[in-house]
Amino acid sequence: MSAAATAFPPLLPHRVHEVCGPGAHGFAVIQAALHKGGPVLWIGARHAPERLFPPGLVPVLDPSRLIAVETRSETDLLWATEEGLRAGPLALVVACPDKPLSLTAGRRLQLAAEAGRTTGLLLVRMGAGSNAAETRWQAAPLFQDAGGQEWSLVKNKRGAHGTWIVRWDAKARSLHVVSASGERAGLAPLAL
Amino acid sequence: MWFPRLASERALRLWPCEGPFALVHRAANAEHLHCLSPQAEARGLHRGMSLPDARAMCPGLVTRPADLPREMAFLRMLARWAGRYSPWTARDGSDGVVADITGAAHLFGGEAALIADAVARLGRSGLTVRAAIADTRGAAHALARHGGGIAAPGATRAALGRLPLSALRIDSETVAGLHRLGLRRIADLADLPRAPLGRRFGAGLLLRLDQALGTQPEPLSPEAEAPHFGVRMTLPEPIGLVSDVMAGLDRLLDRLSDRLAAAGQGARRLRLELGRVDRSTVLAEIGLARPMRDARRIAALFRPTVEDIDAGFGIDLMRLTVTQAEPLAARQVSAGGEVAGDRLSDLVSRLGNRLGFEAIQRFAPAESHIPERSFLTLPAAHAEAAPWPAASDTPERPVLLFRPEPLVPLAPSAAEPPARFRWRRMELTKARARGPERIAPEWWFDDPAWRSGLRDYWKVETREGWRLWLFHTPQNPDWYAHGTFA
Repeated sequence: MSAAATAFPPLLPHRVHEVCGPGAHGFAVIQAALHKGGPVLWIGARHAPERLFPPGLVPVLDPSRLIAVETRSETDLLWATEEGLRAGPLALVVACPDKPLSLTAGRRLQLAAEAGRTTGLLLVRMGAGSNAAETRWQAAPLFQDAGGQEWSLVKNKRGAHGTWIVRWDAKARSLHVVSASGERAGLAPLAL
Repeated sequence: MWFPRLASERALRLWPCEGPFALVHRAANAEHLHCLSPQAEARGLHRGMSLPDARAMCPGLVTRPADLPREMAFLRMLARWAGRYSPWTARDGSDGVVADITGAAHLFGGEAALIADAVARLGRSGLTVRAAIADTRGAAHALARHGGGIAAPGATRAALGRLPLSALRIDSETVAGLHRLGLRRIADLADLPRAPLGRRFGAGLLLRLDQALGTQPEPLSPEAEAPHFGVRMTLPEPIGLVSDVMAGLDRLLDRLSDRLAAAGQGARRLRLELGRVDRSTVLAEIGLARPMRDARRIAALFRPTVEDIDAGFGIDLMRLTVTQAEPLAARQVSAGGEVAGDRLSDLVSRLGNRLGFEAIQRFAPAESHIPERSFLTLPAAHAEAAPWPAASDTPERPVLLFRPEPLVPLAPSAAEPPARFRWRRMELTKARARGPERIAPEWWFDDPAWRSGLRDYWKVETREGWRLWLFHTPQNPDWYAHGTFA
């Protein structure tokens, strides 16, 4: 796995991907920063307790690139996601569905992404992924390493699985892939 | 033409009511009678009286709030209606209409017949009117408000002479000053030497006097008609297919966009009325994320609404109106024929027409240390992307924010975050904590969420992976979670 760790695969363009876990929002924000060349559509339910906090995005993503959409129902959310993917001018469409997607809905989104040549990312609950997703990621912050994240590829339609430890460099605005955890120098000791 | 009870009669036309009636206007924190019905005036009430006094004098008084903008619109409509007598009409103050009927009176059988016709027509629609005809606008204004009638050509001075000074459109202070000098009627004033009068009361009085007597011209300036962007099409045979309606819409839009382009305007909201053969009408309305007049793109935005329309027995009338227009300058079109950002604004229009335009948002920075108030949420259809400050200027903030959720500490804690706590039914163990960052409430805003006083914010990393933004309220000891970091 150490050989794979050095090469971090970007999200396959013009497909819909999924991410789950406690670091899913961080994953989505970093992916939005990596997908340049257009605004980012962020679609969420109106009744969701959490809201994006734009001042917190500043080190990673310029909030002026964001267009947030609040929907009243799951149908509206999927429709807005499909429209966003199909429209074309967006760099990335992020959606936070409440319920697991059916295969039909997932397939529709894939077709829309291909038609509009836009990449999509769904923030799903743990274990609520759709079979139609191109890849599924599991993201969690690492407590041993301040700022570090562990991203695991748990489903991949055309490739191998893997786990990467990454951290965002706010100054250079780029993603650093850290080698396997045992080889890291300067590991912060646990403060308990 | 003077409408002494315009406002109350407009209200009574909409909701008829028996007995004394008055409109109430709220000004300077007190409610005053704004306009009265004749029954109310018969009880001794008068304009400008305070509402409690009026209620004491007349307990059965029915009142409604006055709506000044609607009254203005009603008067504008009356001025347009007066166009049947002369093409040159305008509003006169807040309760009058003036028309220049030079050379038009004979069409109605003379001046007296014209006045009788107007009064009868307005009376049938429930409006009280006092009309007067005179050589000058000022004289007609004065005569209408003091009895009405016709001043014969050249006899303006004689007709006005007996009227009180307040008929001259001068302020009440000047009238009171003239009264102190013993001048009560216009005839008293007209014979006085002008120079001392001007020195004492200013040029305004002389101007009004001259305008009334015709020595100074006072032309009428009719209001410009607000531009109307509407096109219609009647069909010889009813249609019912979506493709047919869209083809008709394309033709209408071509005509409409030419008209918009000629006026330098772009549509912001459009309404499509479809008349069915059984004389019922269906409406389809769309909003646009930015003003535009591109027929092809507007038609594409209409398609989802048109597909939902029930054509019934068929549609034989189409009418397309711009309900809201904004200035739109001609733009340079790029080589590909498509201007950058068009596809994005089309997307915002499409989303907004289904989800509501307030649901499509952009974020802008705001000057506040309070997390909830440190950014603005603006509708994307009306806001451009705002620049955000560089990352180095801002303290570290969470990615997600929610309403403060109380924590259950499972270990004793004072000012430091507890070593173990429960949040969202999860038991979490603190691994590392950074803080505190103290944020004081903005005392000039009374925010219920901040009534618990100061907050000490901590960034807490847990062994379970969650990175939380916790705060402690020292004045009211408790722990809350407010957000999560990436």
